[in-house]
Amino acid sequence: MKNKEPIILIVVIFFSLVTYYLVEPFAHGVMHKHVDSENFQYNDLPALTKTGNVANGQELIINAGCVGCHSMEKAGMPAPMDPVMAAQSYGVNPPDLSEAGAVYDAKFLAELIKNPAHALKVEHKFDESKGEMHPMVPFYGMGGDIDQEVADMVAYLQDLAVSPDEVTPAMAFENACGRCHAVGYENWTQIGTKPSFKHEKDSLAFDIKVMEYEESLTKYMGKLPPDLSIYIRSRSEDFLRTFIENPQNHLAGTAMPRVGVTADAADKVLEYMKDSGDTKRHEREEIGKMVMIYIVIFAIFAFLWKKQVWRDLH
Amino acid sequence: MAHFTKATGVKDWLNQRLAVETVEKVMMSEYWIPKNINFLWAMGMVLVVTFVLLLVSGIFLLMYYVPTVDEAFYSVNYTIMREVDFGWLWRHVHGVAASVVFLVIYIHMFTGIYYGSYKKGREMIWISGMLLFVAFSAEAFSGYMLPWGQMSYWAGMVITNLFAGGSLHADGLVEWIRGDYVPAQAFLGRFFMLHVLLLPLAIVGLIGLHFAALRIPHVNNQDGEEIDFDVESKKYLDGNKAESKVMRFANDFMSKDMMVVGIFLIFFFYLVFWNYSFALDPVNFDPADGLKTPAHIYPEWYFLWSYEILRPFNIDLGLVLFGFAQVIFVFLPFLDRSPNTCPANRRGTMFKVWFWLMLSNMIVLTAMGKLPPEGIFSTIGLVAAILFVVQWLALPFITSREKKV
Repeated sequence: MKNKEPIILIVVIFFSLVTYYLVEPFAHGVMHKHVDSENFQYNDLPALTKTGNVANGQELIINAGCVGCHSMEKAGMPAPMDPVMAAQSYGVNPPDLSEAGAVYDAKFLAELIKNPAHALKVEHKFDESKGEMHPMVPFYGMGGDIDQEVADMVAYLQDLAVSPDEVTPAMAFENACGRCHAVGYENWTQIGTKPSFKHEKDSLAFDIKVMEYEESLTKYMGKLPPDLSIYIRSRSEDFLRTFIENPQNHLAGTAMPRVGVTADAADKVLEYMKDSGDTKRHEREEIGKMVMIYIVIFAIFAFLWKKQVWRDLH
Repeated sequence: MAHFTKATGVKDWLNQRLAVETVEKVMMSEYWIPKNINFLWAMGMVLVVTFVLLLVSGIFLLMYYVPTVDEAFYSVNYTIMREVDFGWLWRHVHGVAASVVFLVIYIHMFTGIYYGSYKKGREMIWISGMLLFVAFSAEAFSGYMLPWGQMSYWAGMVITNLFAGGSLHADGLVEWIRGDYVPAQAFLGRFFMLHVLLLPLAIVGLIGLHFAALRIPHVNNQDGEEIDFDVESKKYLDGNKAESKVMRFANDFMSKDMMVVGIFLIFFFYLVFWNYSFALDPVNFDPADGLKTPAHIYPEWYFLWSYEILRPFNIDLGLVLFGFAQVIFVFLPFLDRSPNTCPANRRGTMFKVWFWLMLSNMIVLTAMGKLPPEGIFSTIGLVAAILFVVQWLALPFITSREKKV
């Protein structure tokens, strides 16, 4: 009798794959908007035309009043207020600028200094003509060529920061995302990593500070930005990458600003999110290979056993 | 009382008390299987293996899962996924097996329909199998509630709402099932109990019934040929193994079962390690939030076809047809009036078309059940749902006019 098993196998695989294709790639393609990445080029922002001078930049940053709100721990300048009070004043704690030059794109930093709401893509929320000012005051220039001055400031920030390849996942995440988003599974709160306290009382006091901070943040953003512990599982990596690049592309009108990270820093942010939400991915790869080897050997033995048993049957 | 003699050895001692040799013959070496079958007949063993994977991985998960609305999500996504050694592995095995078990069930079901394996004394095999399908569905649904993510919560909300019966507005019944106005602690506790105790017990019992139902009529074969098992097994036992139309279940067919299981497990573990998100829906990795409805609510893929029979109609008609779709498969042995027991392709054009159309249409329903019910998709869904019902209503007429082949 003719062996029909190959054709039966093909029929089974065909119908299974059609079903899989329709309910997975096809349906998700229809349900979720496709957004193309510009690979963090920020093409809408003007290119830097001037070469910055680090020493001038340092002077400018101090004279322009940046440190009135921002700390620069690395340069020995502490924060003027603690995070809770800063959030009460500005809505969100202004970032420490020590590593800003390594985490954020230079074009983005330049535009941010001159026109924060535009760089952050939150002009729908902060409309100057209606008197809705972004809490970060724009830099209007110190009397010289403003583009040169901005280039100097960016050059100083880049000089102050670690070199881009020294940026760690935690550094990228805490700078770019961590003042709005908590990551409970990594013990991260919007005011920093929660230390392990000896006394319950101290732990609760810390929690209260976080809650106070979150209260101000909620008022500022409209809702409390979500905890990102397992966002790497609940959103695809591609979604997160394009969302970080420009939140408006996915969610027009969202209060989340474009954070302006470099492509490398975005990778680091995603790595941090994987460490939190897909912690065992390396172990999964390793064990996966071992299990496969084991099962293939099992299948070979099963096949040989079948051949031996069936030799007498035909 | 039976007479017991001094045992000559352990085997004899057991034989006198448990009749192990007889049991071995009945269940294994003299459980006769036709030779004229293909790898689709190994799906039963594949299902047993998958069920064991579910049971074992479930036992490990049960050690760490906390069935409270405050702790459930954390216990699954933090404790099991990060803290427990290999907790992630057990969860992925459990989630993927829960999905794959339905793929194999559907293959098993359509194999039965194609070869007419529900006819001529095999009705109880079919009915017990369909009861297993219902029990597995309930098991899958109750398990889906446990991580207490967004999809758990909203699927729980949508499915329990069905019990209001549309215009009947039996809201009291819905509240009674939930133990609350919305899915909450009482609901989670109940579904936890169902998932880890009552339904697994029912499944194990039904598996026993399914196997028992198979023992007397024996399994069908590729041509629906009636085999005289006494004559053929005698040939085999007399040494004419090649001439006999039957073989032993063990080791003869079991060796093939194991070969198919081996190939299946390669596919299964590929999914577990490299392609698992179809079975562990991303939306369910957001914690349950009663104030935030997800943009798209859809059941797992294996429920989509019946969901799509509910969706295109108004609520009352939808519920009636949904109920129809849930139970109609059970009655297949009685709706099929044909005298033929042979592959669908040889039963004449009408049934051949019926079979392949039913299979394709259920895939169409499955796809439409997931897609948002808008534009062309909702039209296709409506047509497919009507076609499904019409096909079942037409089945007795088509099959009673079938000529004997």
